[in-house]
Amino acid sequence: MPRPDVLSLPELVNANERLVHRGRFLTAVMRLDIGADAYLISIDRGRIAEVRKGPFVMPSWTFGLSCRADALDQFWKPLPPPGFHDLFALLRRGELTLSGNLQPFMANLLYIKDVMASLRSPKETA
Amino acid sequence: MMRATIEPITGRYMRLDHKGREHRIYFEEAGQGIPLVCLHTAGSDGRQFRGILNDPRVTRDFRVIAFDLPWHGKSSPPAGWQDGDYQLTSADYTDIILTVCRALELDRPVAMGCSIGGRIALHLAMEHAGEFRAIIGLQSSAHVHPYYDTTWLHHPDVNGGEVCAAIAAGLVGPNAPDAHRWETVWHYMQGGPGIFKGDLYFYKVDGDIRHRLSEIDTSRCPLYLLTGEYDYSCSPADTLETAACIPGATVSIMPGLGHFPMSEDPDGFIAHLLPVLSEIAHR
Repeated sequence: MPRPDVLSLPELVNANERLVHRGRFLTAVMRLDIGADAYLISIDRGRIAEVRKGPFVMPSWTFGLSCRADALDQFWKPLPPPGFHDLFALLRRGELTLSGNLQPFMANLLYIKDVMASLRSPKETA
Repeated sequence: MMRATIEPITGRYMRLDHKGREHRIYFEEAGQGIPLVCLHTAGSDGRQFRGILNDPRVTRDFRVIAFDLPWHGKSSPPAGWQDGDYQLTSADYTDIILTVCRALELDRPVAMGCSIGGRIALHLAMEHAGEFRAIIGLQSSAHVHPYYDTTWLHHPDVNGGEVCAAIAAGLVGPNAPDAHRWETVWHYMQGGPGIFKGDLYFYKVDGDIRHRLSEIDTSRCPLYLLTGEYDYSCSPADTLETAACIPGATVSIMPGLGHFPMSEDPDGFIAHLLPVLSEIAHR
């Protein structure tokens, strides 16, 4: 299964009114490291304003998520296996590392979990 | 006009002494027969057992009782609570369970607890086997290493209800029915400030029972451990590791379910629970 394109986040998130509403108090730059690939995701009051793919020179960001690529591949499966279905499941396994200022991350935890899960392929219907 | 349905659950308050202070404890019950005392998870309350309290297959032979721990749900904190922080210990947790059981004059009840309730179930099996007919631990493990900073659960810069809900939401299995998933999350949104965090002190620090598991004697009190496959707080591996140290413990891993089986998917869970209850009833 191909890895979802992080650059599609603005389209996926901004089309979801409830998700944007949930994140309406968050304006921040989230750094996402997937293996060797780095992304800077600019969030403006819950909308994804911009996603840039690295490499970067002296990037500034608010908080960061870093995870092995194959662990996120499991997370993004339509039905993720046990231990891979939530960001905190990855944290518990030691696959996910958090960095930076974690206050906005924890204050918007459900929003950020759902932003990351929005890249998940829809479940196939029988 | 839609007709109202009155559920067969009765809710009442009791006043009792615990730790030398008067407490007002809320409990719900339904059914008749063998007492089945249900213990909710950290930061939640007895509503998690609404499916069991409403299921005639259970209440036909069991008197199901779910009480809210002090500081949780509709149970009040004791007078003077504002002068201290809430922190659950193994001794306090054991004491309130035994006090409630004695106050209701229950004859050797079955205790069934989930998560922190699953942990205290192990303590009860070890220290009070003679007072219980059987013990059922849901999402039961001997210890959980901290994997996130619980300071954020009670912090003025983070909404407590929202963050507790976000923590709990991930622990629900991916196929849980939406209505039950969000009801489960809602209970977490309603916890008092610092209560989830105070419960986790027992779960992650004080309640560590790893080195005493071999003291549990299942010939005195049968022990059943049921764990949802998708729980990463108490994973199936954690339960299996715990059970491996307790001769005679029965383990069942529940496919598809998460950390809150009785609340996130009552029907799915009860299918696993009924054979256990039947075995207990026929002992």
